[in-house]
Amino acid sequence: MITRLDQLPAREAISPGHNACAGCGAMIAIRQILLAAPQPLIAVNATGCLEVVTSPYPYTAWNIPWLHVAFENVAAAASGVEAGLKALERKGLGRRHNIIAFAGDGGTFDIGLQALSGALERGHKLLFVCYDNEAYMNTGIQRSAGTPPGAWTTTTPAGKSEHKKDIMAIVLAHGVKYAATATPFFWKDLVNKVAKAFTFDGPTFMHVFAPCPRGWYTEADKTIQLSKLAVETRYFPLYEVENGRYRINYNVAKPKPVEEFLKAQNRYNVLLKPENAHLLQKLKDEIEERWNKLTRLAAATP
Amino acid sequence: MLSQKLLQLMSGNDAIAYAVMQADVDVVAAYPITPQTVIVERLSEHVAAGRLDAEFVPVESEHSALSVCVGASLVGARVFTASASQGLALMHEMLYIAAGLRCPIVMAVVNRALSAPINIHGDHSDMMGSRDSGWMQIFAESPQQAYDFTIMAYRIAEDRNVLLPVAVNIDGFTVSHCYEGVRVLDKDEIKSYLPRVPRPRLDAETPMTVGAMFSPDYYHIVKTEQVKTLQQSIKHFKEAAKTYPARDVQYDVTHVLNPGSRVVVVGLGGVMGTVRHVARNMDVGVVSVRLFRPFPVEEVRQQLENAELIVAIDRAYSPGAPAPPLASDVKTILQDMDLNIPVWSVVCGLGGHEVRLSTVEKLLNSAVEAAEHGVKTRIQTYITEEVTVT
Repeated sequence: MITRLDQLPAREAISPGHNACAGCGAMIAIRQILLAAPQPLIAVNATGCLEVVTSPYPYTAWNIPWLHVAFENVAAAASGVEAGLKALERKGLGRRHNIIAFAGDGGTFDIGLQALSGALERGHKLLFVCYDNEAYMNTGIQRSAGTPPGAWTTTTPAGKSEHKKDIMAIVLAHGVKYAATATPFFWKDLVNKVAKAFTFDGPTFMHVFAPCPRGWYTEADKTIQLSKLAVETRYFPLYEVENGRYRINYNVAKPKPVEEFLKAQNRYNVLLKPENAHLLQKLKDEIEERWNKLTRLAAATP
Repeated sequence: MLSQKLLQLMSGNDAIAYAVMQADVDVVAAYPITPQTVIVERLSEHVAAGRLDAEFVPVESEHSALSVCVGASLVGARVFTASASQGLALMHEMLYIAAGLRCPIVMAVVNRALSAPINIHGDHSDMMGSRDSGWMQIFAESPQQAYDFTIMAYRIAEDRNVLLPVAVNIDGFTVSHCYEGVRVLDKDEIKSYLPRVPRPRLDAETPMTVGAMFSPDYYHIVKTEQVKTLQQSIKHFKEAAKTYPARDVQYDVTHVLNPGSRVVVVGLGGVMGTVRHVARNMDVGVVSVRLFRPFPVEEVRQQLENAELIVAIDRAYSPGAPAPPLASDVKTILQDMDLNIPVWSVVCGLGGHEVRLSTVEKLLNSAVEAAEHGVKTRIQTYITEEVTVT
């Protein structure tokens, strides 16, 4: 159990000086994740912000072996890394590494879903991390299945009218032994979940909340605050599912009004207009439904 | 002299699976598609029976099959996949990446027509659609060649001076499902022919960033380097052929019958067997291209320069282009040689359409007659029993 910062290794897997925007929630979360992931480690990265900002040839931010192949197939490429090393170790020609796959919400919820499903079903031993900034940020803020109702993006100028896909439920339907949500404000919760994920013999999954100042139109210094508020408003509940047992890691008995979270982000300006009250209600219903479902599941699987 | 026990009855698909098993690959990732499926079935049997110590990754699509191969190849594993037609088309994106990341992957492509209309039978439109992906492309005409070229493919791909993926093509059904006695090598011969050559790989000891973002200042450098490597890999094919342990066969980038003839036929794949059979007693030269990419320009040039008429046989269209793929290559070579030799561009065998001896006879007779009369007509046609070329 990690409870103090000095319990994390001094040597970081990712260097400073990369090209991420100031206040990038994904980079903060990934830095924390990499501090907790056991070595030796190979990272496999889907196309997206993280790939672009960390690998501008001839520079690299990666101090560990790192592979980027394409957008939709990070789970398949990581499966190959796992299978290859497994066979090589058996034949005395190589050694096993821990394997972590990174993808954004587009590379997980949308275009990467098939490869993810395949990897989960086949049971490769790896941790798949989805850093969810709730839209295609690398291409300039287009809606994804991870975009919540009411959010403005360049392809939902009037606010998204559809639900956010429940990626955790989809992943869990594959029977994975461990899946968890996390956000960078609750860093102890996050790093311990990463460490735990690597103890399972099979695929594990983390859904990580990643505020995006550029895409959400927020101040760079609000990222950590937003990743706290998201939990306190039940917008992004912290929970984990271990061998089918649901546990809510941060019980939000009295949620703060979600408006407090929304009004800090200009992407929700459209939603907060009086004529869009129905959309705001849709988002609130979705949040409440999610929370109720989680509490039911947690109570049913003590 | 090879011993009798090494001759086994195999289809083209069986032969490839057997070669992959003997090559001691570490990872097989594949998805079923007709007419390639038998390769995947045989390999899963070899793995299940313990004849092959490999991870068999039964992926959920061809795109993932090649993605798994790329990941596994970059940690140093010897990998294999097989595909055809729609499956190869689904892999299209990954083909370029496998070549660009310099993965020595070997893939069997059991050539099949592309939909629509959907058709499960043989032609070359699948590989021609991926022609420019940067892979080495070898065309085998028989189960024996399928076996030999698959073994050779690993030697070429894994050479430190190559490190490029290789596609071994066989015609759907006419080669993949046809049986013949195949002479197989013994395990020790293969082991010394295919040594484990260390290459840069993803390992925590030597961290490496693979698949980085390249700006316009750097992209062209890497691409040009890659293309140069592919061009010069022709000599590695020749080396692999020369050192191949089966001493009674001597492969080369092309096979030539009746050199110095007035009419020269150039083509690829199983249909060339039919052409050679018809041409054997005629004044017709036959150049069967074994290595299609990189194209053996020099070797083909030598066979064309004294011809009076050239017949280029394609099993694919290049819709809207001035000529189909192989004819296009032939015409480019002639242009570069300042030679004005007429070329008959013939497309045949689309979607498994049978190419009969009588059809080829008619074609070659017309060509010989035209050459005798100094006919300079250029022809582009799809050839069937009914179509007479004049």
